[in-house]
Amino acid sequence: MYPGRFEYFVPESVGEAVSLLAERGDEAKVLAGGQSLIPLMKLRFASPAALVDINRIKSLQGLGQADGHLRIGALVRHKECERSELLRGRYGVLGAAAPQISDPLVRNLGTVCGSVAHADPQGDWGSALIAANARVVAEGPSGSREIPVSELFVGPFTTTLEPNEVVTEVRVPDPGARAGGTYLKLERKVGDFATVAVGVQVELDGSGKIGRAGIALTGVGGSNLRATRAEQALAAAEPGDAAFAEAARLAAEDADPIADHRGSVEYKRNLVRVFVERGLRAASDSAAAA
Amino acid sequence: MSETTMSAAPPATRQVTVTVNGEARAAEIEPRLLLVHFLRQTLGLTGTHVGCDTTSCGACTVLLDGVPVKSCTVLAVQADGREVTTVEGLAAGGTLHPIQTAFHEQHGLQCGYCTPGMMLTSVALLAENPDPSEEDVRWAISGQICRCTGYQNIVKAVRSAAAAMREGS
Repeated sequence: MYPGRFEYFVPESVGEAVSLLAERGDEAKVLAGGQSLIPLMKLRFASPAALVDINRIKSLQGLGQADGHLRIGALVRHKECERSELLRGRYGVLGAAAPQISDPLVRNLGTVCGSVAHADPQGDWGSALIAANARVVAEGPSGSREIPVSELFVGPFTTTLEPNEVVTEVRVPDPGARAGGTYLKLERKVGDFATVAVGVQVELDGSGKIGRAGIALTGVGGSNLRATRAEQALAAAEPGDAAFAEAARLAAEDADPIADHRGSVEYKRNLVRVFVERGLRAASDSAAAA
Repeated sequence: MSETTMSAAPPATRQVTVTVNGEARAAEIEPRLLLVHFLRQTLGLTGTHVGCDTTSCGACTVLLDGVPVKSCTVLAVQADGREVTTVEGLAAGGTLHPIQTAFHEQHGLQCGYCTPGMMLTSVALLAENPDPSEEDVRWAISGQICRCTGYQNIVKAVRSAAAAMREGS
């Protein structure tokens, strides 16, 4: 199998990439890691007339702490996240998600930003980043804007990004030292999509109560889902089994799974409950130990 | 009859130079050409196999700047100016690479279809981790499928190569 014909461009700056996209509208696609796009093009599910390969734009590299947030540049591969010491502790939800994405070879090429822009409802980064309250930075002809990841997804493979915008980075706000997180995923085998996965982040306030809890669900809806009611139930709560069980119950109720070869609706809903409860316990313990 | 030829313009091509197994190889290719087809068809290096062709099995694994990737899911134009190592590049001057010797001695292959990819991933692993545990090896090759299910001996071979390379170095 091979893709249909396309024009190929290798811009050296974001500005150049944006101009190329602006000229071609939705006929063009951005190529970063290519680990979702190229398979889709080979199957002819996608046949863009032009590819804008951003891999040579140096300003898009880099995973590091910036002004009050963690910056994940558009060329940061899953592998870099998997290995980064930065993605432990307070950014633990990201560090836990990274090694569970696809398989080691795909992680060598695939990117965080590409994965988010692709908006696969079963993508792992979407949930990990929603739990961490992250924002996407998109650059277009009229400048750059920030979009909360939770507001990026419209539905399966559909985002609020414009065709002439390039995702340049993801920004993850620093949750402070007393924060922890984890990502729990059930997959049938390495490389499979999640049957169900859950991203959890817990931030404790000065008195040891929960300041903010971030919870997002993978594989149980048309996009990564924020478990809003569960998060609200935990705000200002005393961390502990009772609060976690109630939040898990609410998250399971708000999940919207479909029955497929990976499991029944009831099974997936129950997995959400179990993972949210376990995740909250682990995240809270990690936050308290920090 | 008037001429009604619908002759489409010839496909646009692009000049690339890829260093394959240490040798610069230049070619004029279509951007949609996949790296695996560039290696097998343009360059005639058929040691890289096409397995599933859907980014699942890892039979087509090669090293791109030393990093294992599935060459069915990389465009050849993306390798322009970069280094690719295929199984043909492992042996040096007729002497097998230690990973090849180990796969031979430990029966790390049955049908051999996954073997080039398995060996290349192993070479990358050993460059970073000269003494991998069984779990390290299984983790490293977890994106690759041996349809003969010969994983026990593949893992044995990789660890045996590691030991040989540690002694040799």
